[in-house]
Amino acid sequence: MKLRERVLVAGSQRTPLQLHGARTKEFYGESISGQPLDVSGYRGIIDYEPSELVITARCGTPLSEIETALAERGQFLGFEPPRPGGDPTLGGIIATGLSGPRRMQAGAARDFVLGAHLMAADGEVLRFGGQVMKNVAGFDVARLLCGSMGIFGILTELSIKVLPKPRAEETLRLEMPAPEAVQTFNRWGGQPLPISAAAWHEGAAWVRLSGAEPAVRAAQAVVGGDRVFPALARKWWDAVRHYTHPVFANESVWRVSVPSTAAPLKLPFEPLIDWGGALRWYAGDMSDFDVRGLALAAGGTALRWHGAGSESRFHPLPRAILEIHRRLKRSFDPDGIFNPGRLVAGL
Amino acid sequence: MQTSDEPIQSNLADVPSPERKSAVVTALRHALPDGCVLSSEAQLRPYECDGLTAFRQMPLAVVLPESEQQVREIISLCHRLDVPVVARGSGTGLSGGAMPHAAGVVLSLARLNRILEVDPLARTARVQPGVRNLQVSEAAAAYGLYYAPDPSSQIACSIGGNVAENSGGVHCLKYGLTVHNIMRIRGFTIDGELLELGSAALDGPGLDLLAVAIGSEGLLLVVTEVTVKLVPRPALAQLVMASFDDVVKAGNAVAAIIAAGIIPAGLEMMDRKATAAVEPFVQAGYDLDAEAILLAEADGTPEEVAAQIDEIERVVRAAGATAITVSSSEAERLRFWSGRKNAFPAAGRISPDYYCMDGTIPRKNLGRMLKAIETMEEAYALRCMNVFHAGDGNLHPLILFDANVPGEWERADRFGAEILELCVQLGGTITGEHGVGIEKINSMCVQFSPRERAAFFAVKRAFDPVGLLNPGKAIPTLSRCAEYGKMHVHRGVLPHPDIPRF
Repeated sequence: MKLRERVLVAGSQRTPLQLHGARTKEFYGESISGQPLDVSGYRGIIDYEPSELVITARCGTPLSEIETALAERGQFLGFEPPRPGGDPTLGGIIATGLSGPRRMQAGAARDFVLGAHLMAADGEVLRFGGQVMKNVAGFDVARLLCGSMGIFGILTELSIKVLPKPRAEETLRLEMPAPEAVQTFNRWGGQPLPISAAAWHEGAAWVRLSGAEPAVRAAQAVVGGDRVFPALARKWWDAVRHYTHPVFANESVWRVSVPSTAAPLKLPFEPLIDWGGALRWYAGDMSDFDVRGLALAAGGTALRWHGAGSESRFHPLPRAILEIHRRLKRSFDPDGIFNPGRLVAGL
Repeated sequence: MQTSDEPIQSNLADVPSPERKSAVVTALRHALPDGCVLSSEAQLRPYECDGLTAFRQMPLAVVLPESEQQVREIISLCHRLDVPVVARGSGTGLSGGAMPHAAGVVLSLARLNRILEVDPLARTARVQPGVRNLQVSEAAAAYGLYYAPDPSSQIACSIGGNVAENSGGVHCLKYGLTVHNIMRIRGFTIDGELLELGSAALDGPGLDLLAVAIGSEGLLLVVTEVTVKLVPRPALAQLVMASFDDVVKAGNAVAAIIAAGIIPAGLEMMDRKATAAVEPFVQAGYDLDAEAILLAEADGTPEEVAAQIDEIERVVRAAGATAITVSSSEAERLRFWSGRKNAFPAAGRISPDYYCMDGTIPRKNLGRMLKAIETMEEAYALRCMNVFHAGDGNLHPLILFDANVPGEWERADRFGAEILELCVQLGGTITGEHGVGIEKINSMCVQFSPRERAAFFAVKRAFDPVGLLNPGKAIPTLSRCAEYGKMHVHRGVLPHPDIPRF
């Protein structure tokens, strides 16, 4: 197999590899050098049984292919993987672990990973997890690999839980200031309402209801606000999900992950709020020190999404946690051939 | 990830010398207040096993810390004196994960039992590991919230134990396992380092160490605090009970419900032997003529539930249900559930002993599995009743035996191992929610290759380089698998026959 040979050569020559699929998320993570290794050729859906709620596909499978196959059977990926330009591959989606607006209700990419095959530094393929919903045999390495940015090897094959598409969906728009939106989102979160996304920008809250028709109707009465036409609603949620909202066009963008109840951070810009308050995007020129300090004080962390800075893109890790990262990397990839430095500088 | 890097483990049953024992106990007594160290035979006896009573081992000592600081002191002391540490919650585990190490201490977290904070707006609760699962929901009830994972032992089992085992329950299909319902944990590694994994936010930088810590069976760290997610209690829940004259039809009905785009809050199945055992015990109102019954629960708003119940009824009727009953009151719904939730005690009532299995298979293979179990019943001359979390393919065959009859336990043990091997063959796993512990450690050799097991040891070493946290559990060493392979290779079911085994 070609991938395997490339890995073995890289290992014998100790040449770092830079793994990539469709290159839609190159901006994400620390920038690195290394020989590019395109894994997008290793593609295709291996197994999909709608009644098992699982799809298994190779790493290079484009998202569009997966979404089409699922849509034919009335199913979808519950974590709404972002498509930041182009057509990302399943491997890249899981290696980055990013999730869209539905994350607040359905869970993150890692919550949907059931199994992963990892091509390790010696070219061997290791199988973790499986294709069943419940599996506690061995450590949950499949979920550990989600968001690992390829530093342990190539995620050659992935089994992902899928969900039935909601029967009905409705988006409501309500005018309110940010602090009130955060309060309201959290208050609604404590009620049995089928809210699948809640965002805020420039004085307006956007709330998406998903579920059975009668449940959506009933919730609409509770939430209130103005009904957004389906085409416009789709456009709005796609812009938030795929990072195409004008906010992301700024040269400097921060992704701040905080407790959903955190009060608005004292930054000179108004955020785009997603995930019912738990995700806040700030666009504009701000110092690393300010953003990270405020995020930390609010119980969260900040990631420099766009823009240059002297420090790492990801929020720095506590020393003890960093040490565990080091040991894991050393064991799984002793010669440091897979994406060295992509997740954490020096690893 | 060299396979030679695996730990050299002392035998779980190697009893330390009296001098060694007394030195460790003295050091522990010195570090902890009176009443926190147990060391006499009578005091230790209740700790010799967990919920899996077939595996027993007396520990060197039991410690009962009352604060996080004391947990750290115990861990540092054990690290210094090279003493294995086996963490224990309520001791309800079903895989022997908390079975003691003869040379080690059992670190009971039962006294760390305070609910530190319930935040109704953020929908989280911060609790100590000894808090019982149901207690969390009780504390949250005033706010219309609850903690979703509900293992059948939820009255007694602790949150710390749930984290260690990644426990499930009857509502996982819709609400997820423990791993989907924990925001953050805090605990100590063996070197006394305090780790916080996860946070009050939905994500953070670096690897998802929280995911790997959940379900790590006490091998990576000792948890001292847990932040759980709370969810709103649904306005209404209703249950459909459907009878089938054939287990395969019932299995197909499960697939049909899912294929119709319905995710029931719970989807459970019991075979005729199971309903026959529970009905005299709890009078749940089960159809005793049915070969299998299906319990499907819908929850949500009244409008949502009405729509879903209609659909479930339609689907199960089309799948050939011979009788359908919809719960007409909350009392009736709970009564229908009571039979399922009492299946284990009912097994204990009709048989001196029972052995509960926990494999998971892709749902489509349910019929095949049941037929195979029938054949095994004859081969091992033992009865087996079957209850399933059908929605997620998690099987709980209950093998009935009498430990006082020579040879019966051995037959039950082999019967169980054969079921687990078939689970792996059918594309499933040897444990869906009970954990590997000591019980299924041999079956791990069937499911994972030496390289995969070496990767698990690499994870273990990254957290616990000295290998003192619950050694000998969850992951088998090469030599252990070689031993097991010798016994089992004649069946030809090992998944990687080309791999050298030594």
